[in-house]
Amino acid sequence: MTPSAPSITTPLIDIREVRKEYDDGPPALVDLSLTVAAGEALAVLGPSGSGKSTLLNLIAGLDRPTGGTVTVDGVRVDRLGETASARYRRERIGMVFQFFNLLDDLTVTDNVLLPAQLVGAGRLQARARAAELLEHLGIARHAQAYPGRLSGGERQRVAVARALMNRPALLLADEPTGALDTASGAEVRELINELNDEGQTILLVTHDLALAGACATRTVELVDGRIARDTPGTRRTRGGSAVAR
Amino acid sequence: MSALGRVVRAGVARRRVQTLVMVLTTMLSVTASIAAGGLIVASTDPFDHAFARQHGAHLAARFDGREASPGQIAATAHAASVTAAAGPFAVASASPRFEAPAGLPAGTGPALDIAGRADAGGPADRLELVTGHWLTGPGQIVLAAGDGDEAGPDALIGTRLSFPGLPGTPRLTVVGEARSVGRTADAWVVPAQIAALTPAGGTPSYEMLYRFAHAGSSAQISRDRAAVAAAVPAGSMSGAQSYLTVRAEVNRQTATFVPFILAFGVLGLVLSVLIIGIVVSGAVTAGTRRIGVLKALGLTPAQVGRAYVAQAVVPAAAGALLGVALGNLVSVPLLHQADTAYGAVSPVVAWWIDLLVPAGMLVLVVASALAPALRAAGLRTVQALAVGRTPRAGRGRTAARVAGRLPVPRAVGLGLAGPFARPARSATTWAAVALGAAGVTFAFGLATSLNRVQDGLNQNTPGQVQVTTLRRPDGGAPPNPPATAGSSATGSAAPGSGTATAGTATGNGHPGQADPAAVGRAIAAQPGTRAYFGTSFDQAHFAGVAGAVQLVAYQGDSSWGTYQMVGGHWFTGPGQAVVGHGFLTAAGARVGDTVTLVGDGRSTRVRIVGEALITGDDGKRVLTDARTLTAAGLRASPDTFSVELADGTDRATYLKTLDAALEPLGAQAGATVGGLSSTVVAIDAMAGSLTLLLIVVTGLGVLTTVVLDTRERVHDLGVLKALGMAPRQTAVMVVTSAGWIGAVAGLVGVPAGMALHARVLPVMAGAAGTRIPRADLAVYHAPQIACLALAGLLVATAGALLPATWAARTRTATALRTE
Repeated sequence: MTPSAPSITTPLIDIREVRKEYDDGPPALVDLSLTVAAGEALAVLGPSGSGKSTLLNLIAGLDRPTGGTVTVDGVRVDRLGETASARYRRERIGMVFQFFNLLDDLTVTDNVLLPAQLVGAGRLQARARAAELLEHLGIARHAQAYPGRLSGGERQRVAVARALMNRPALLLADEPTGALDTASGAEVRELINELNDEGQTILLVTHDLALAGACATRTVELVDGRIARDTPGTRRTRGGSAVAR
Repeated sequence: MSALGRVVRAGVARRRVQTLVMVLTTMLSVTASIAAGGLIVASTDPFDHAFARQHGAHLAARFDGREASPGQIAATAHAASVTAAAGPFAVASASPRFEAPAGLPAGTGPALDIAGRADAGGPADRLELVTGHWLTGPGQIVLAAGDGDEAGPDALIGTRLSFPGLPGTPRLTVVGEARSVGRTADAWVVPAQIAALTPAGGTPSYEMLYRFAHAGSSAQISRDRAAVAAAVPAGSMSGAQSYLTVRAEVNRQTATFVPFILAFGVLGLVLSVLIIGIVVSGAVTAGTRRIGVLKALGLTPAQVGRAYVAQAVVPAAAGALLGVALGNLVSVPLLHQADTAYGAVSPVVAWWIDLLVPAGMLVLVVASALAPALRAAGLRTVQALAVGRTPRAGRGRTAARVAGRLPVPRAVGLGLAGPFARPARSATTWAAVALGAAGVTFAFGLATSLNRVQDGLNQNTPGQVQVTTLRRPDGGAPPNPPATAGSSATGSAAPGSGTATAGTATGNGHPGQADPAAVGRAIAAQPGTRAYFGTSFDQAHFAGVAGAVQLVAYQGDSSWGTYQMVGGHWFTGPGQAVVGHGFLTAAGARVGDTVTLVGDGRSTRVRIVGEALITGDDGKRVLTDARTLTAAGLRASPDTFSVELADGTDRATYLKTLDAALEPLGAQAGATVGGLSSTVVAIDAMAGSLTLLLIVVTGLGVLTTVVLDTRERVHDLGVLKALGMAPRQTAVMVVTSAGWIGAVAGLVGVPAGMALHARVLPVMAGAAGTRIPRADLAVYHAPQIACLALAGLLVATAGALLPATWAARTRTATALRTE
């Protein structure tokens, strides 16, 4: 893994001619190329089976393409072995899931601390960072609570805090509001906007047009593994504090 | 197929890993239980079982061929109460010289009672062929299988025996080994061969074997014997051996084994039950969400319960069948070892064990599956759906919180907290590993103690050289000097004065014995002799002790060649004695007490100054200075001299020169050979095999539970991997979760094993008629304890490696998708 600092001219995500085939059925992605600049909030839209999750998995290093290249933050993700891709995930990306994926037997703080502990970060620094994130995301009062006691919106905030713990270059969100009620969904949308305003590059996978409209600075629509539409979003970044980075 | 049937079939077929785990677990548990149960049964009255199987003879009678004709002897088969009889078989007694095959030492053996027998079957005393084949003609001999053929059952096949004391020096080839439960002969040849094995002008004796209608007691056997004796000319029955005598001897030997076989057997059975319980209940609990789905589809709680019990029983039944096959396979070498030890064990597992064990295991499976299945079936549907496969919320949180603050890598911390999420399963796994660690600790202690006891017994044959003064009964060269501890006792080597001390042999000894005084002088005059003393073996009587006691009288300074002491000290002069535990028990005495040696018209008081490690003669042996016997009007003439060589003396050269000097006197010198008791060998071998079985079952038990745990937590694994947990960290986490259970289990299992050792060894020694010196029991020291404590950690870690590797390799995306 040879990281290089992204610049204005270097896209944070550079996907070229990516193809993904499974054992049976049609290919999930067909010669897909896509670049995402640092600071963008890209929403990937599409119906079920269009290849959204496959694309997310390839960018996260959870899966490998059948062909083509995936480069994120200067790292050729498609070439990484299991250990290197684990290091890549904990150092360069943060992930937020539809169903939060918090560990129920760990407190909110311990959940948030996990990524830092996995990279072997200093204890005091990690705790300070976790406290800062919890405070910033408005869930500091739940620091010692267990996830099972929180509302869906609060759980997703915890998941976002965990994803940001190691100051990732890229935040991947897979249907982040899919399991939330309307009010909680609105809270999370607002949070995503705040993060992007602070300079956090975000890639959202969703079929929620409202979420994409509210949060994305650019929208890509996938149909049958191909990009059917690539359009600028309606939202514009505002800039702000640098908690996310 | 009914809906329920389809649910069961799908549950078994689709959940392949879980099904495999169930099959594997049941198979191992049944295997271990059959092996353990088979050994326990084999250790229960093995003589009686073998006696029934072989139609053993209640009485083996010998008749003088000069007093009674074969026809008269055969007619005794019609005596009152005789239900079956075999014989008469002509019997010859002759001493063979072994002409061993390449690789084995040649030598002269003791006199053999050789019976002329056409076939191994018959109405009484059916011989069981252990190895080789039965006689097909003259020139062949089948030997009685020994109680402990540590050289292997086939070692003697092909060996040539010659009989130099007989006309024409007949030669026979060993073609087989057979076992007579009543030990009716030492060897068998075809009847036509007996004439060649009978000295010129001699008449063979005859053996007749009887089964009686009533033979449960000595009194009944005596009546039966009298009836047989009455059927032949008076005085023609020269002797008879009751099966009760052989039975008592075999049972005494068996009793030495039973305590440790029981200890291992119970460990194995409990281990099996624990592991079955963990895995089955875990597998059913893991299906809780599916139960919710089935209930949502309309299945009643009773149907769900039945379906899940059936889902557990189907793979368990397959595992049980495989386990029966494997158990019988594993039992073959174990039962062979038991057979070597007892001399009367069936080579196969009792049929009812093959039925009872799998049936019992299936009942256990049903019981283990029923509780969680009914609990899950009783849940409200929505609740069952929500519970899913993850552990119940709230469990292990404190542990997770504490582990998160430990100064260890996070993967290790998560692993340490893992077992607390399933406390019952972890506790059971812990108990299983603790039992395994206890088994290893016990086996180590058992082997070490027995080896020390063996070393102690070898001290009973002291010095580097043994000289025997006894001539052979057939007038040939003197037999080899005693070399095996326990069977014959002489003293042991310890620092002497550096100068040879003269023996004080008295009298001219027994007929057929070299002059002990002359032998002593020859030894003393031999360059290289550092010290020596003589010993004689005789029967003696002590007031208040029933029956004769083996008395060993020492001439000369024996302080350098003492037995290993259990208590007190070696005798320092006449009037003192060192005794075995059996004597103390028989006399109701303790060290320090005085007993009376009854002599020839006189008696003398002897003070017991020490208790020695003695396994022979049921421990009823007395060791004393020869001058003690003189005080009682008795005389002792050395049968054997034990010789300690001066430093730097070459034993081979010394032996050659001494033997040449002794030859004219009729004595013979030989090297002292350290003995190795067949009992110790058999116990070591069985303990080793059983320990290996326990370790394998424990390790695979850990493996199956870790597989179950890992499968249940696969989604959490996916989350951790998505957060950046590397494969190595994942493996470390999984191994830690099992390893530290093993480490803690080891800390408890080791003291438990030590306690078992402290309890079982004295019982085994008691069965052998002795006590074990404290030094031989103190085998656990800090380094050994530390190593043994690691055994639990190692077994658990080894068991967790495979699922840890699986966890490390699991693809993150797949794990995240898993519900």
